[in-house]
Amino acid sequence: MIRSLPNSPLYKYTYRFYVICFFLFLVMPLIAIAVLAFNDSNFVALPWKGFTLDWFFANTDERTGLLADDGLIQSLLISIKTAFYVATLSTVVGIAAALLFEEEKFRFKGLLYFLALSPLVIPGVILGISILLTSTMAGSYLEEHFGWEVEFLSPSFWLVVLGQFSFGATYVMLLVGARLKKFDRTLEEAALSLKATRLQSIWYITIPFLRPAIIGAFVVAFLISFSNFNTTIFLIGSDPTLPVDLYSRIKFSSTPVLNAVSFLIVVFITITALISLFINREKK
Amino acid sequence: MENKKGFNITFYLLILPVLLWLIVLIVLPHLDLLISSFQADSDSGAKIFTLENYTAFFKSKIYWLTFINTAAYAIGITILAFIVTFPVAFYLTKVISKKYASFLALLLLIPLWVGELVTVYGWMILLGDHGVINEFLLYIGLIDKPINMLYTNFSMSIGLLYISMLFMVVPVMSTLESLDDSLIEAASDLGATKWTIFTKIIIPYSMPGITSGGIIVFMLVIGDYVAPDILGGKSSLWFTEQIYNEFLSTFNWGEGAAFGFLLLMISSSIIWLALKLTGQKLERVGS
Amino acid sequence: MSKILEIKNLTKEFKEFTAVKNVTFDVDEGGFFSILGPSGCGKTTLLRMISGFIKESKGEIIIRNESMSGIPPEKRPVNIVFQSLALFPMMNVRENVAFGLKRQKLSKSEIDDRVSDMLSRVSLQGFEKKKVTELSGGQRQRVAIARSLVMKPSILLLDEPLGALDRKLREHMKIELKLLQKELGTTFIYITHDQSEALVMSDKVAVMNKGHFEQIDTPRNLYKNPKTAFVAGFVGESNRLELKSRDGDFITTKDGWKLEKKGLDFDPEVLYIRPEALILAPTEDLIDISRFHVKIRTILFDGSNTKVSAIESTSGAEILISLPQNAKFENLKEGDTVEVGINYDDLKCY
Repeated sequence: MIRSLPNSPLYKYTYRFYVICFFLFLVMPLIAIAVLAFNDSNFVALPWKGFTLDWFFANTDERTGLLADDGLIQSLLISIKTAFYVATLSTVVGIAAALLFEEEKFRFKGLLYFLALSPLVIPGVILGISILLTSTMAGSYLEEHFGWEVEFLSPSFWLVVLGQFSFGATYVMLLVGARLKKFDRTLEEAALSLKATRLQSIWYITIPFLRPAIIGAFVVAFLISFSNFNTTIFLIGSDPTLPVDLYSRIKFSSTPVLNAVSFLIVVFITITALISLFINREKK
Repeated sequence: MENKKGFNITFYLLILPVLLWLIVLIVLPHLDLLISSFQADSDSGAKIFTLENYTAFFKSKIYWLTFINTAAYAIGITILAFIVTFPVAFYLTKVISKKYASFLALLLLIPLWVGELVTVYGWMILLGDHGVINEFLLYIGLIDKPINMLYTNFSMSIGLLYISMLFMVVPVMSTLESLDDSLIEAASDLGATKWTIFTKIIIPYSMPGITSGGIIVFMLVIGDYVAPDILGGKSSLWFTEQIYNEFLSTFNWGEGAAFGFLLLMISSSIIWLALKLTGQKLERVGS
Repeated sequence: MSKILEIKNLTKEFKEFTAVKNVTFDVDEGGFFSILGPSGCGKTTLLRMISGFIKESKGEIIIRNESMSGIPPEKRPVNIVFQSLALFPMMNVRENVAFGLKRQKLSKSEIDDRVSDMLSRVSLQGFEKKKVTELSGGQRQRVAIARSLVMKPSILLLDEPLGALDRKLREHMKIELKLLQKELGTTFIYITHDQSEALVMSDKVAVMNKGHFEQIDTPRNLYKNPKTAFVAGFVGESNRLELKSRDGDFITTKDGWKLEKKGLDFDPEVLYIRPEALILAPTEDLIDISRFHVKIRTILFDGSNTKVSAIESTSGAEILISLPQNAKFENLKEGDTVEVGINYDDLKCY
């Protein structure tokens, strides 16, 4: 069963075969995407017609490669920009929440903590529609009563950022909170005993201790934002993010250029993952 | 810090952004969702109170059939995700050496971070009539005409399983990692069979991880739109698709809000039930 | 000598219990004052009240004639050396020691001077750039103390700082700490559950039990004349015998052992006898002692601390007797019967 216990060869090989099948299942769609990104064909399908980089670089009447596809490049840039703001905002508020719930005592703490965790179990759709409803209501209220037209209250870039931040902060809070649980609280007391103020002790002692978790949480929030569709679709204005753009193209007009951009995402994620593995190894 | 004096500024500095976040983006929107679900536009354009949005749901068979279908699928996929991934989680934590395990665990994370749009697109390429799988099977001569897989409940289930199952693996692996091998060795030493060890030791021990994973998987599946919409057939009954239509095609926000609220209710109550049955707290789900 | 710290009727009540009950004491300027007690006796709570991390329920803390009530920890003229030492792992030795001075916004040159001065006092010059994780236990100890002392506190509070060290190093650090305190002249308040630490280092020791002080005294007096049964039992090693009755100048233990003890004016409940107070084979000329016979059960060899476990002949009561390290008792063996004597003064009755 485990390494130290004897197993029959049949059991061992069947088990190994199953695990191999699982990983095949796991990588199959990614490999299909990657391979067809280089297929010299106008359709996203086999048969293999030879190798080409057209879907990355071409700019002809017949084929528009990724670099020439302004719409796709535009949505990619918007996604990066969105993810950056979401990750920054989520990190700041997530750290505050982690410190608040781990270190402070106050009334209604349990209730607030429950609320802070709730985005974990609220489907993204619900967050999307309820934020849409509220922002629209607030927007029309301000317009009717004050004549203000608040742009970010109608579907727009900043509304997407707010929507994704609403659950991004939860993940940051959990990741930072987990590290904070391992923090030796006497270090903060020692800083106070050495005449640091509470804020100084957080800034000089607690935050440096949390740094690895904070960086990790920033990356996680960035990636969550970058790949989000369910919440984003309701809050999006005229400029789609990459997942939204991909969605409409998959539905209506898929060409291998989608494979090209998907391939790049897979490569980017793989590199990020390898870096994180490398950093973790270094630490040990 | 029990001595409150001098710490107040920090406390307010911490609680203010958190309160803003929770009130503006969590509490108010969900209250608004509830209120909107009881509202409709009168002929003059003013908002009026109504139960119509809910009666529309219960009167129309297609709506509540879809609702039940979605919930049933979500439960089914959650169970399937457990069955499919548990052996893998166990293999990675207890069977192979750490060196390979960390590499394979990394491989598990990649589809998770790549995002569902990309992976669902991958499955579309694989399962289509002229997709990779059919072409391959035709090529080796196993079949002589393509099997219809895409746009069926089968392809939808594959997609849903694929996008959600890795959220089961991660928490299960982290509980299994803390399971001391000597517990299994001791059980074996006392003459327990594999099945006994599995049902009496491994499963009970990893229950917290299974519950966390199950809740996340369930929530992702019941709220998913991309996989059913892209991989599912025209006849696939998926509740989030109804919500999308209400909001983005027919612009009947009142009814959409009611549907959204119903979805929130069913997912919360099933999650609540799962937590009660396994005696766990929501806090665990996050860790 | 002037009083640097005055504690008046200090009490701390938690929801369920009272951790510190009505404690009153003073500490002299430049003294080494220890608070000794078993874990859970309230000594840490007391220390944390002095440092300001816990607010007192009742009573007053006065440092240099100034009341500390309502003053937060960072404003009090005290520093703590924590049990875990709480060295900042992300900083090197110099940065750790300079941390507090930097918060006071002192000039860089002054910080540099004071840090290097302090590091040389604790014999850590040359270690400035070392990570605290690379230091040995004793060095970490010294960094923690230097980090607090560099702040020039009126009082240094030490919360069992030797607890994490292994035995050999602890013995060594006890001496080093005492010498350091004498050299610097800073007032130390030291809390510990280890009586040897308290006795070796302190000028005065307070023995704490269940939230209150049993006795405040010099180490010698504490050992020689414990005022309460708790102190007698807690400080140093003792044979504890419960008493049944008193008849004039005679007391009888529960086992039925009858001993002569002159000058008692109350009915005691318990008797404490130090193993080293028992005299093996007392000569005839000794007066004011109680004599009895014991049978040797076994010899517990431990170098200079060797003892014998023996049974009193008439009652079967078990007692431990220190074995003097001289040739006279080298041939003592199991089963031997010997006469034992004890001074009336050394029969501590409570």
